[in-house]
Amino acid sequence: MRFGVIVFPGSNCDMDCYYVLKDVLHQKVDYLWHKDSITEDYDCLVLPGGFSYGDYLRAGAIARFSPIMSSVIEFAKKGKLILGICNGFQILLEAKLLPGAMIKNNCLQFVCKYIHLTKETCDTPFTNFNKNILKIPIAHGEGHYIADKDTLKMLQDNDQIVFRYCDEKGHITESANPNGSVFNIAGIVNKQRTILGMMPHPERCSEKELGSMDGRLIFESIINYLDI
Amino acid sequence: MKANVFVTLKQDVLDPEGLTIKNALNTLNYKNIKNVRMGKFIVIEFTDSKKNKVEEDLKKICNDILSNPIIEDYTFKIED
Repeated sequence: MRFGVIVFPGSNCDMDCYYVLKDVLHQKVDYLWHKDSITEDYDCLVLPGGFSYGDYLRAGAIARFSPIMSSVIEFAKKGKLILGICNGFQILLEAKLLPGAMIKNNCLQFVCKYIHLTKETCDTPFTNFNKNILKIPIAHGEGHYIADKDTLKMLQDNDQIVFRYCDEKGHITESANPNGSVFNIAGIVNKQRTILGMMPHPERCSEKELGSMDGRLIFESIINYLDI
Repeated sequence: MKANVFVTLKQDVLDPEGLTIKNALNTLNYKNIKNVRMGKFIVIEFTDSKKNKVEEDLKKICNDILSNPIIEDYTFKIED
């Protein structure tokens, strides 16, 4: 499998994504600079976390127009896999590759801590594993996912909600919601189920020494899917 | 030609920043504040002198990049 990790000016989680894919999971992976077009063949693209363009205007608003995004959109149209983590999720929303939008956390604070997620569906290339409650860290100031009633209904009807914030027992509650996201949504897929956007950071919990290996399940699910 | 653009959150979008500012004003003894909403003010200077062209470009700029139509509205005023 060949992964491409896109680097925007201000991305800061690209190296962690690269490290997990290359050194932990032994995959072929390249960094892809935001000014370049994608000319090689990749199986999955990763849009990593960070503060692309300083989060100026809105998080992801300017990165969405980076030259590489034309290639990313073409890649998406071919039905190939894209994983957007945190700022990567924000960029996918701004690029309209995923529905909805992101605004500032309700508490107005940058929240950096481990949280728990329920896995709402196994029926994606990213979530084909047994564990249903995941422990994954978040680190964001603009993670409040917002969508209008029609979009929310569509996400529910099409089983597009992938992760929701919950407590350690899997109860989806207001106190378990770190940012006010509607319906406690932490991650969604597109209708074709080929693009996942998630606010938590799976690349920060793919090794036992870091406190959780639940992030690794997502990467392994992608690898297993591509291996078929 | 100069354009003054105001980008604001849509009315039904929660604005905790505005609420925080309102609470701060209350703390400063301004008890007559009903509501506060935060927005952005952007000034763009164009090299064109034709108002129609500037307006056409500005609408596209506002829709495509300066605002996210899912959560924001915009208004603008063009000065000669």
